[in-house]
Amino acid sequence: MSKRQKGDPETTGHNWDGIEEFNNPMPRWWLWTFYATIFWAVIYTIAYPAWPLVNRATAGVLGWSTRAEVAKEIAAVNEANAAINTRLASVDLGDISNDADLNTYAVQAGGAVFRTWCAQCHGSGAAGAVGYPNLLDDNWLWGGDMEAIHTTISHGIRNEEDPDARWSEMPAFGEMLEEEEIEQVVNYVMSLSQTPQDASQVEAGETVFMDNCAACHMEDGTGDRAQGAPNLTDAIWLYGGDYDTLMETVTYSRFGVMPAWSGRLTEAQIRAVSAYVHQLGGGE
Amino acid sequence: MSNYIKLVALGLVTLFAMIAINYARDTAYLVHAIIVMLTAGGLFLYTLRHTDEPAIAHPQNEYMDGVVRAGVIATALWGVVGFLVGTFIAFQLAFPNLNFDWLNGYGNFGRLRPLHTSAVIFAFGGNGLIATSFYVVQRTSAARLWGGNLAWFVFWGYQLFIVLAATGYLFGATQSREYAEPEWHVDIWLTIVWVAYLVVFMGTIIKRKEPHIYVANWFYLSFIVTVAMLHVVNNMAVPVSVFGSRSISLFSGVQDAMTQWWYGHNAVGFFLTAGFLGMMYYFIPKQAERPVFSYKLSIIHFWALIFIYIWAGPHHLHYTALPDWATTLGMVFSIVLWMPSWGGMINGLMTLSGAWDKLRTDPVIRMMVISVGFYGMSTFEGPMMSIRAVNALSHYTDWTIGHVHSGALGWNGMITFGALYFLVPVLWKRERLYSLTLVSWHFWLATIGIVLYAASMWVTGIMEGLMWREVDANGFLVNSFADTVSAKFPMYVVRGLGGVLYLIGGIIMCYNLWMTVRRAPAKEASLATAVPAE
Repeated sequence: MSKRQKGDPETTGHNWDGIEEFNNPMPRWWLWTFYATIFWAVIYTIAYPAWPLVNRATAGVLGWSTRAEVAKEIAAVNEANAAINTRLASVDLGDISNDADLNTYAVQAGGAVFRTWCAQCHGSGAAGAVGYPNLLDDNWLWGGDMEAIHTTISHGIRNEEDPDARWSEMPAFGEMLEEEEIEQVVNYVMSLSQTPQDASQVEAGETVFMDNCAACHMEDGTGDRAQGAPNLTDAIWLYGGDYDTLMETVTYSRFGVMPAWSGRLTEAQIRAVSAYVHQLGGGE
Repeated sequence: MSNYIKLVALGLVTLFAMIAINYARDTAYLVHAIIVMLTAGGLFLYTLRHTDEPAIAHPQNEYMDGVVRAGVIATALWGVVGFLVGTFIAFQLAFPNLNFDWLNGYGNFGRLRPLHTSAVIFAFGGNGLIATSFYVVQRTSAARLWGGNLAWFVFWGYQLFIVLAATGYLFGATQSREYAEPEWHVDIWLTIVWVAYLVVFMGTIIKRKEPHIYVANWFYLSFIVTVAMLHVVNNMAVPVSVFGSRSISLFSGVQDAMTQWWYGHNAVGFFLTAGFLGMMYYFIPKQAERPVFSYKLSIIHFWALIFIYIWAGPHHLHYTALPDWATTLGMVFSIVLWMPSWGGMINGLMTLSGAWDKLRTDPVIRMMVISVGFYGMSTFEGPMMSIRAVNALSHYTDWTIGHVHSGALGWNGMITFGALYFLVPVLWKRERLYSLTLVSWHFWLATIGIVLYAASMWVTGIMEGLMWREVDANGFLVNSFADTVSAKFPMYVVRGLGGVLYLIGGIIMCYNLWMTVRRAPAKEASLATAVPAE
């Protein structure tokens, strides 16, 4: 039962399970704020696109739309950068770094392109991940000068959509060699840069290597950029240089793919991101 | 006679479930068919053994409190389960290694997230609403629940729905509609249960012995009716096979998105706002022992709220394929909704005028007051976030998550805890709660937990919103998406800790309620007889 106190207003006279209700008016500030929001709503819906009619909705007297707004913003940026973008797309690739203004702009713009489109695989710091090359070092699969980087970004690697994509394919040696031979060659490859798993197999492995691998990775194992064949004598590994990973790589091969960007980015953007990658540390 | 009809029906369901097990096209459906077969088969045997036993007569002037007691237990237990899963997935976001490989993906964030949202909204919140509405409608109508054991069907049917939904998520059945993830066969079952709920509630109101319908019942009724409508329309889909859980929605493209958010927003509006306002309108005046502040305000804000809320959904789709006119209307209605929402807060808080001293002495009323406070805060924050310019910053960020949780943990959680603390001594006929000190502990743990949660999500939300849109002088983006993710790490840990505090509070509550039933001194006079108040 509600406890009544001195000075309480009158109630409505209803009573449910001991609950009563005061006959208080609505708070004036509440009511007037409510009216104010309704008044504002009417004005706002006249100003902006709002009320659906038979064929279309009212467009609003301000003529505002989300699409027009974003188009305006994009146009403003494009216009501001138009001159320098034209210059970036037309100069010789090698000259970009000689022009301080152009180079600063290209690296800035390329960084934004990289963080939007490339960071998903190569990492936002460009340090790469397993299967995705590190772009900070001076070790390049297909070449690290501006030309080579530009080609790689424009056409991609081992993709179906661009006929000019860089292409090479290591065979899956599990179908061609005996397991024992693979173990031997893996030990030999390990011996080129580190300690092999089983030193006794290195010698036999060298023969296997010369017969099967040297054509692409070269006799000394330093690789060949023309074919994208990695250098096997350094400590840098795309998929890992431990015994188990190398066994897997040789048995099944690898097939990393990079999309072609020429259809998705403008020439200026591709050049910008090339300049960005080039100056990360390993550019040649 | 009715027992024989029941036996035939249960037998047929069991048989169909067996066939379904045989032809099941996916794991989730298989598991569901097994659950249904065991449930229906078990009920068949139970009914068979009790056939021709004389029915136990219930005096019509006694309240039906058994089902409310069951609902109170279910609310408390599902609550702890939901908070636990929520806390775990909060830490999964901070430490992705908690997506354990050895669980083969079954314990990944993607599956546990709908488990968490459904457990807290539908299992904890839903059971709380069903239990309190059954209690409130009887007391304020001075009538026993209509429909006999139909109320028990609603309770157990709803638990079956929860189990089917939860197992569905874990085994990969989802129609990918937020807060409506269960697939078609589970939706159909919920529809049946929900219509039964509506019938029990309406039947009780119709046979009431009070001349007027109390305001709490308006809110409960609007919640039940609207949720039925939302559920049916949003889940319209064509099953691929009667023996599989997959289905195709009747809507596509932006219409689909709009239907989803018409549902999603009004699930918040009618499930989490209108339903819980019904709870508030009964338990606050009861616990404060004061009359409701203003009858006029309750009428106006009720009708304004239910009329305006239903149009506000498009504000979830600002800057998407949804046409501008629709998002303008969604935003405008959201802002007009501000005062109608606050009407409930005013009526809740002002009911305490003349009883403010109780805030010092009664931790249960403190809980209810802070819940109304959080209600007021989130119903201001919501309209603000619906403004296009604000939404351009807040959309897709953790600010939204913080907003939802200050509403869910603060308003829905706290008012439900308050109702449970009120109900347990009454339903189990105890003089008082086992320990008010433990209620105080629960209050402070939960409040600090919410503050940690909401504050950390405001910080991350605004931070990532600003990072996403940050451009340099030439108009180029400054941050990558991964940069914004790694910047959020410290706040994610704080959020997880907030969850831990809230969870501990929930466990303390369960202990306190359990000990109230076991240890608190019994009350002499029975409260279970229906006597009209006038």
